Amino acid sequence: MIIQQLSVFLENRSGRLTEVTGALGDAGVNISALSIAETSDFGILRMVVSDVCKAQEELRARGFSLSVTEVICLSVPNQPGAVNRALRILSQANISIEYMYAFAVGSDAFVMIRTNDIEQSISVLMENRLTLVPASQLREC
Amino acid sequence: MVERVYHNVQFYRDKMQRLGLTPEDIQSIDDLEKLPFTTKDDLRETYPFGLFAVPLDQIVRLHASSGTTGRATVVGYTRRDIQVWSEVVARSLASAGTTSRDMVQVAYGYGLFTGGLGLHYGAEKVGAAVIPISGGNTRRQIQLMRDFGTTVLACTPSYALYLAETLQDMGIHRDELKIRVGLFGAEPWTEGMRREIEERLGIKALDIYGLSEVIGPGVACECLERQGLHIQEDHFVAEVVDSTSLKVLPEGSSGELVFTTITKEGLPLIRYRTRDLTRLERSPCACGRTSARMMKCLARSDDMLIIRGVNVFPSQVESVLLEIAGVAPHYVLVVDREHNLDHLTLMVEVDEHVISDNVGQLESWTAKVHHALESTLGISITVKLVEPKTIERSEGKAKRVIDKRKLQA
Repeated sequence: MIIQQLSVFLENRSGRLTEVTGALGDAGVNISALSIAETSDFGILRMVVSDVCKAQEELRARGFSLSVTEVICLSVPNQPGAVNRALRILSQANISIEYMYAFAVGSDAFVMIRTNDIEQSISVLMENRLTLVPASQLREC
Repeated sequence: MVERVYHNVQFYRDKMQRLGLTPEDIQSIDDLEKLPFTTKDDLRETYPFGLFAVPLDQIVRLHASSGTTGRATVVGYTRRDIQVWSEVVARSLASAGTTSRDMVQVAYGYGLFTGGLGLHYGAEKVGAAVIPISGGNTRRQIQLMRDFGTTVLACTPSYALYLAETLQDMGIHRDELKIRVGLFGAEPWTEGMRREIEERLGIKALDIYGLSEVIGPGVACECLERQGLHIQEDHFVAEVVDSTSLKVLPEGSSGELVFTTITKEGLPLIRYRTRDLTRLERSPCACGRTSARMMKCLARSDDMLIIRGVNVFPSQVESVLLEIAGVAPHYVLVVDREHNLDHLTLMVEVDEHVISDNVGQLESWTAKVHHALESTLGISITVKLVEPKTIERSEGKAKRVIDKRKLQA
């Protein structure tokens, strides 16, 4: 259930993001989720990709600084209160959320979550019958 | 003097013995060439008081310049040293036309830095009224300058320009001020800056030179002719050497300036390498003074930066990074002049040791480096994270400094 997320350090300069997406596209690596956390000087591009190893290889060769972080992907019905229920479970288990990014389309909503304790997050969410998207499913293109 | 350090300072005795020299070998000023050099590193290695030639109970003042963590260069003065220092600063002020009827505003920093107190004692010796306002608080500086009728200003040249700008912002015309002349030093400055200061403040801008190791400001100073800085040769012997071969250069050639103190008691120095590049002129000056003059220093033979009067070595920055990151990431220091004030930016490449997925962590890392640098160097440096390989690599020695100030005369 653990998903390997790739984080790339980017300076705030035009064209930097395109270099990453271009390199991955050329290498046939698919991006299934993406978000950017930015400050005034730099940003961290976070991605879930179809092939973490290949993506790392391609981006390192182009001189990017990377790190791999573990995240989980929650799937909830696209309904009021659904995300709230999951978050309450985490907070009751004393787990804190470092960041998350999400989107909903049709009847489904997906939330990528980084917590301070991934293993514990998976077990409490599963105990409460919430659906986590397995990594294998995100790897398929 | 050579006899005194030979007997009182083990460091000099060891150095001379290694060369098979005794004080008897030094009979005249021409024998100076035989003596070994002293460097800033020697002062650091004997930190804090290793090169002092008198017992501490004879020391009445200590000053220090910033150094790598815990390793500043410390200088000690006896009561007589303070008198000599006051005397050379007083002469500098006098060569700028200062008399007891003047009012001298000392806008150099007071404290461990020698600028503030050095000018202060010299101005008192002249008998002028001293305004010991120290650095900063720019609007107040201008207000007092106008209300008190300051006639002489002493500060760094970049601060003088900043004062001129603030004057304009406050809507005060320079004719409302009585200021006539300024003694500016502690950092290299160009003829272009001189013209700008003179025009904007309506004054004569003179260069005052000194370094705390030798005594502080007042080692040399321009007279109103502005044709080089008169060296106080009765207290300091100047030589110009080739900074690689260390051979004394013929008169008039450019090279590294070296000083030997004649009268200093607390911290006498033999052939101290200033790292400042200049040349000496021995022809008499139009002002009537016959002492040797050194030309304005604009370059150095090492990588030391002078930022708002503070000495900064890239190696100090490197050791701070090393301490925080565990390894030294690639970095470059960019010096720029914004609103006439020097500004230092440290660009650090985010490599695998620094990177984090967490923006907060990266920002707190940056803040940590900023604080560590501020406490080590005593100046504020902007820290910027950049992508790997964005800093230019050079063959061999890494380029650690990009100076955008353009200090050409």
